[in-house]
Amino acid sequence: MNKKTQHSVSAGISYIILVLLALVMIYPLLWMAGGAFKSNNEIFGSMNLLPKKPVFNAFREGWAGSGQVSFGKFILNTFALVVPTVLFTVVSSVLVGYGFARFNFPFKRIIFTIMLSTMMLPATVVIIPRYIFFSKLGWLDTYLPFIVPAALGCYPFFTYLMVQFFRGLPMELDESAEMDGCNSFVILVRILLPLCKSAIFSVVIFQFVWTWNDFFNVLIYISSVIKYPVALGLRLSIDIVASNVHWNSLLALSLVSIIPPVVLFFCAQKYFIEGIATTGMKD
Amino acid sequence: MKNNKTKGYAGYLYILPWVIGFFTLQLVPLINSFIYSFTSFSILGSPKFIGLENYRKIFTTDTDFLQSLLVTFKYVVMAVPVKLLFALLIALILNQEIKGIGAFRTLYYLPSILGGSVAISVLWKFLFMKDGIVNRFLSLLHLAPHDWLGNPHLAIWTIGLVTVWQFGSSMILFLAGLKQIPKVLYEAAKIDGAGPFRIFWKITLPELTPILLFNLVMQTINAFQDFTPAFIITQGGPMKSTYLYGLMLYDQGFKFFKMGYASALSWILFAIILFFTGLSLKSSSSWVHYGDSI
Repeated sequence: MNKKTQHSVSAGISYIILVLLALVMIYPLLWMAGGAFKSNNEIFGSMNLLPKKPVFNAFREGWAGSGQVSFGKFILNTFALVVPTVLFTVVSSVLVGYGFARFNFPFKRIIFTIMLSTMMLPATVVIIPRYIFFSKLGWLDTYLPFIVPAALGCYPFFTYLMVQFFRGLPMELDESAEMDGCNSFVILVRILLPLCKSAIFSVVIFQFVWTWNDFFNVLIYISSVIKYPVALGLRLSIDIVASNVHWNSLLALSLVSIIPPVVLFFCAQKYFIEGIATTGMKD
Repeated sequence: MKNNKTKGYAGYLYILPWVIGFFTLQLVPLINSFIYSFTSFSILGSPKFIGLENYRKIFTTDTDFLQSLLVTFKYVVMAVPVKLLFALLIALILNQEIKGIGAFRTLYYLPSILGGSVAISVLWKFLFMKDGIVNRFLSLLHLAPHDWLGNPHLAIWTIGLVTVWQFGSSMILFLAGLKQIPKVLYEAAKIDGAGPFRIFWKITLPELTPILLFNLVMQTINAFQDFTPAFIITQGGPMKSTYLYGLMLYDQGFKFFKMGYASALSWILFAIILFFTGLSLKSSSSWVHYGDSI
């Protein structure tokens, strides 16, 4: 075999592996989409993606939710929870990231190290005192246990992402603006922020997706059905389906619940990948 | 580093939100959970000091604890290495100069953003139930079907697959690392006549070890705390064979409201995680290669 055929053979094998793996990984998702249009008979015991006899009642039936509260309300609730959480995450990670990246102050090294090490602090170890603290403040069954930690920079991953990004911007930008008499806040807002769009976008989409999918925290903090986000609404639907056995409506709701993150992902995948690559790489 | 005089203490002002958050929502809770762990404390009353009683109970009479710990170890030891192995292998394949990398990267990453959502757990139930499509597929290949979720020996592996399925984010990190390996190293090795396996062991793998360490530490920390799939798919069953630590913690803290007991459990988990993180970091000096090349 000469070099060229050897190369194309190995490329061929690579393609086969990649395609097969992609099929195995994505098939379940496609099956879920198809299953939303299948009757019970077809859901069980058929691997086909497309329904033979499509049925269209699943979405309408599932949408009715618990009877009193519709699935549409659960989706609106999720936005009411996710949007402020994301906004405050952006604000806090930009401010704190700027502070660490552009200022020298006493004990900065050690404070920065503490901030980074909280990335490795397991959330479970603080969950009970936090719960008790929030319950004393009367914040149970509200979205504040999500929004306030975001505003107070409790997501070190994003702060670190912003620090890394600010460090990549030339200091000359700050210096020349300072000579023009701008203070540090004006420099941040007028000069640096416009250059940070892609980093901020990474923060937005990651935090959106994580908060959207979060189940454990909403499970412990949110108790009234009228305030349920989709994660809890979906769990409620599991119980409902167990009694009325409209399995396709459970698949339909699952499908609906993953659409926002999936759409966001396909529109902004570049920022997802940049976001991971900048934070994971220590320099 | 440049020391800009005007930009001094003002830095404290910018990091102030985090400082407040760190004290009120991280440091104080961390200390409090330690204190609570020596108390009997239901959410209604106030904590009553009982010394080491919680820990004594956990280690001597709580049979769930041992079971849960065992299941969790099994889960972590299976899910994390398999996930990282997949991530590394696929990153290596994607790092070749072939067309359509972007599309594959996107598809492989997709499960990572859906990850621990309830929807995926629901889907898993459908896939792996007795008359689900996994068994259907096996019968096409003339293989025996299995009770993936009902068999206590299999269920934890089925749950672990949810984690393995999300290898995409680790893969992206490996890919970014592969791109950073200086081409000169490969060229030099080729001139010396090294084959692909030798190149992998002597250049690629050593250069990737910092990322491997990062992935290993973060994934282990996360896996020890996994909750949603086991909670939704099997509710910890059958016969507590998927009763992950997170589920036990939830039961004690938020079902039985034994806040003191749950705090003790959380500190034991914290100690275990610290031990493994410390072990990884400590041992890293012997296997992690820091870029002193060239």
